[in-house]
Amino acid sequence: MDLYPLYNSLRIALISTVLIFFMGIGTAYYVARMPKAIKGILDVLLTVPLVLPPTVVGYLLLRFLGPHRLVGAFFFENFDIRLTMTWWSTIFATVVVAFPLMYRTTRGAFESFDRNVENAARTLGLSGSFIFWRIRIPCCKAGIIAGLVLAFARALGEYGATSMISGYTPGITATISTTVYNLWRTNNDDLAYKWVLLNLLISALVLVFLNLFEERRRKS
Amino acid sequence: MSLQVKITKKLANFSLDVDFTVESREILAVLGASGSGKSMLLKCIAGVETPDTGCIVLDDRVLFDSSRKINLLPQERRVGLLFQNYALFPNMTVYQNIYHSVRKGRYSGPEQERLINGIMDTLQLTKIRNNSVMRISGGEMQRTALARILVNDAELMMLDEPLSALDEHLKFSLEMELKEIIGNFGKSVLFVTHDRDQAHRLGDRIALVNDGLIEKIAPVREIFMHPDTVEGARITGVKNIAAATVKNGIVEVPRWGLSFDLCRIAGSDGWSEKDIHYIGIRMNDVKLAKGKEDLSKGNIFTFKIADVLSNVFSYTVKLYNPDVSDPLPFYWQISKDLWEPEHRNIVELYLRDSIVMPLK
Repeated sequence: MDLYPLYNSLRIALISTVLIFFMGIGTAYYVARMPKAIKGILDVLLTVPLVLPPTVVGYLLLRFLGPHRLVGAFFFENFDIRLTMTWWSTIFATVVVAFPLMYRTTRGAFESFDRNVENAARTLGLSGSFIFWRIRIPCCKAGIIAGLVLAFARALGEYGATSMISGYTPGITATISTTVYNLWRTNNDDLAYKWVLLNLLISALVLVFLNLFEERRRKS
Repeated sequence: MSLQVKITKKLANFSLDVDFTVESREILAVLGASGSGKSMLLKCIAGVETPDTGCIVLDDRVLFDSSRKINLLPQERRVGLLFQNYALFPNMTVYQNIYHSVRKGRYSGPEQERLINGIMDTLQLTKIRNNSVMRISGGEMQRTALARILVNDAELMMLDEPLSALDEHLKFSLEMELKEIIGNFGKSVLFVTHDRDQAHRLGDRIALVNDGLIEKIAPVREIFMHPDTVEGARITGVKNIAAATVKNGIVEVPRWGLSFDLCRIAGSDGWSEKDIHYIGIRMNDVKLAKGKEDLSKGNIFTFKIADVLSNVFSYTVKLYNPDVSDPLPFYWQISKDLWEPEHRNIVELYLRDSIVMPLK
């Protein structure tokens, strides 16, 4: 059994999660401070990939990143880089699809963070970056970790947009989900079962971790 | 070490518009009902809210001046603010909360340790230094929050409704503790409260605030004896307030059926006839008439008893004047060892001239 899809899926999910971590807390921090009307609009825009069919997301991504499209053409002509059909092209899809999960849970956590704690820290002379990284983030840790785990799980399981932007090339762009689809298409049930089991195992582990974490948070 | 504040700020229902000074080493209590703009005032001085216009000067440092576009960051103001819920850093221990409140670069390592340990010792925090602030009592939280301000070298300490987050039985001993700490602070202290007893016990002077305006600012005794306005009288706990008319030097309170000699009740305060619209009388200032009273300094009035409320150590008696067609209740409080209601239905009371407060 060639484990490349596992390796590829895991690295894509991990890289996406790291990107989503910074994008998520950054966006959540600024959106939580916006006036109500702007917040409402931004919220819809930032959350919409969560409810759109992944194929629509994939389609829109191709419209931007394809070699003859706006962004894609720029990179192709100037740097000779194709943004689609590589293993890392999938990261575009997973980031867009999984970002709302991180953003929403983090924003919820930020909104329940006591403004007075921040104000007290400011009057005591503490810098904005100290307050953010050493007080706000640790205080909102539970929400942020929950968001990260959900985003990781979503990125790991992404199929629709992935298959459109990276396709399925064994040993290059193959992920667990595209591999399972391809095995089913070629009637390779034996191998398909193995991947399905592996996938179930990973998903179960993620959920168990999430539940244990939630429980610990409730106790403290 | 004095603080001068002259600011305005538009709020949802009214505008905050204040002008006052806190002298060096003085404790000024800002007394007002909830939602009178008191907390906003402290936040503006601390710099976490920005006033619309005005200036704030602490000693010789201009913290805020709208005309000169000066607006120091909260970090630069060196103004300590004790929040109502203490606002401790919840992810840290008692020691870490205090450690991070020391201004960076001001002390060498050993000096800083000595400072922290000294203050933790004084405030009895040494034993719980490594406890999470989420797992300490209300009193310990208050002391930790105060310790943060003390190690921070704040030039001014401000307290937002201190003790109001605590249970009644804790308040008593913690107020004693707080009095000692702010008394030893040695710089100006400004605190806001809606609790008149607390303002009376802790403050040197009191500023009465109503709807964002300071109605009166004066030493504690003066505020409680002469609140001057109806709102001021209410906030300082005057329960008997009634409309009055003044004519030819006689102040009439129709719904109590009482009248007073203007010269005698106003004393030397210079009230003129057209300024007086109400009369206030504290219910505990009213005394039982025993027939030996000096009638040149007060008058005896007869009231009918409508109801008697029994408190722990006193009675609150609801009275009215039977000769008035539309009477307003008049409340009287008397210690239980001085009077028993028995089956009486009338009572004779002696109202000294000095307890009758003319109000605008």
